[in-house]
Amino acid sequence: MSIKLDHVSYVYSEGTAYHKQALKNVSLEILQGQFVGVIGHTGSGKSTLIQHLNGLMKATEGTIYYNGENIYEKGYPLKELRSQVGLVFQYPEYQLFEADVFTDVCFGPKNQGLSAEECKERAKEALEMVGLKEKYYNRSPFELSGGQKRRAAIAGVLAMRPKVFILDEPTAGLDPKGRDEILDTIASLHRESDMTVVLVSHSMEDIARYVERIIVMNQGEVLFDDAPKKVFAHYRELERVGLAAPQVTYIMHGLKERGLSVSTDATLIEEAADEIMAAMKKERAE
Amino acid sequence: MDMIKADKLIFEYEKRDEEGNIVSKSRAVDEVDLDIKQGDFIAILGHNGSGKSTLAKHMNAILLPTDGVMWVDGKDTSREESLWDIRQSAGMVFQNPDNQIIATVVEEDVGFGPENLGAPTEEIWRRVEESLESVGMTAYRHHSPNKLSGGQKQRVAIAGVLAMRPKCIVLDEPTAMLDPNGRKEVLKSVMELRRRENITIILITHYMEEVVDADHVIVMDHGHIVMQGTPREIFSQVEELKRYRLDVPQVTLLADELRKRGLDIPAGILKKEELVNLLCR
Repeated sequence: MSIKLDHVSYVYSEGTAYHKQALKNVSLEILQGQFVGVIGHTGSGKSTLIQHLNGLMKATEGTIYYNGENIYEKGYPLKELRSQVGLVFQYPEYQLFEADVFTDVCFGPKNQGLSAEECKERAKEALEMVGLKEKYYNRSPFELSGGQKRRAAIAGVLAMRPKVFILDEPTAGLDPKGRDEILDTIASLHRESDMTVVLVSHSMEDIARYVERIIVMNQGEVLFDDAPKKVFAHYRELERVGLAAPQVTYIMHGLKERGLSVSTDATLIEEAADEIMAAMKKERAE
Repeated sequence: MDMIKADKLIFEYEKRDEEGNIVSKSRAVDEVDLDIKQGDFIAILGHNGSGKSTLAKHMNAILLPTDGVMWVDGKDTSREESLWDIRQSAGMVFQNPDNQIIATVVEEDVGFGPENLGAPTEEIWRRVEESLESVGMTAYRHHSPNKLSGGQKQRVAIAGVLAMRPKCIVLDEPTAMLDPNGRKEVLKSVMELRRRENITIILITHYMEEVVDADHVIVMDHGHIVMQGTPREIFSQVEELKRYRLDVPQVTLLADELRKRGLDIPAGILKKEELVNLLCR
């Protein structure tokens, strides 16, 4: 099971003065169960890329295969694809529209043609997954806090039981605790099921902490596609394309330059602390 | 003189039923006292719903106090005749760059404010030029704003406020939607303004790293000010901040972790250079 992009290009407004190539010859494969991070500066093609993954946008060149089947083939069930590949847009709470939270979450499964009973069951399950308590079910989305609204919106996609779950900056605008809560929820969903997760984020610290693979987009092309430590080792190049490494990485490089023998590939606080303690011990022993 | 002063400021949101009767009230700002001097750089932290944006909106009279008083540059915001002066002396920049740009050309967008003030044409152009220069966007003056990056749009929004010649700029999560580079650009512009023009800066943010250069940090919770002090004083209290749903910069966390493991490191380390110097002494 996988999503495979084969030489995918996308051009906006082809043949007009606004012609812009948003994706250039992108080939990659996302395997079932992977937790993938996508990073890139504003306008690098991240959002265009993820909207191709469930067929919302159609490549102007190249092919996309979902579980080996060409999704551009005539008669391919795109509606089915979209319920299997769930996409949570930026600021998804702006898309809450029903009078109460529960009905809103039911909307997805209802569109999948499920019975009222099944919809309710799915909605309950999804709201539980994101940690929204029953007392909020009948409230208007407007009565919820920012973090709660975001959870309700995420539940709306989860209720369709997607196999692939794509989130475009799910933590933008949330306070630090809200940020951690949402990401921990996503990480535990990923751990407990075989769900593929694709996370777009501007926070290098979050990316470093959660994902197993990072795809770096720059000017519509894949610049790096590798394990986080390997990607963040290119921190100078990342800076050149408007990105950065996690702060910890900079501290480790700073220490190394000053002669402390630490490995510079730590990206998490605990790893960095282990490295530094070991290096200090060694230095004292010498 | 005080740039911004609040005395027992209270703001209540009212919830009404269909007939317009008040069903419930909630206090978003609850007896807040503030004393911000001209030229200060103040950061306001607090979780979503803690009341920080509501407080900020009092600083240029978008919201008026339910009770208590707010003075901006010596003027009581509840007096209607001061409204124009207040809006001119305290400008606001919001989170979403796309919601605050109105013109189709960058320089026209920046000129919108002074034009509304009725400034003469040459004066408007002079201000547009200076403002764009201050945020490093002169090269884009003839561009269309919708072709700019998020960071560039925010800098245009800041230039638009600067063109009003304010004494104070209130930035409400100006970097929340930006990529790392955009965040860096916007902060750099803000710091430059403070250094060169002595403009009072009020920065609301969820990114703890953006706060380390502030003169003074205010932490809000449930409409109250619950902590205040220098960044070092505030970020020394890791556990307390976490109780308020906040965090500390990563370098502070790492220093804290090393201290727990027995290294002799003081609390409240704020910058990477500090930690590196301590460890390599």
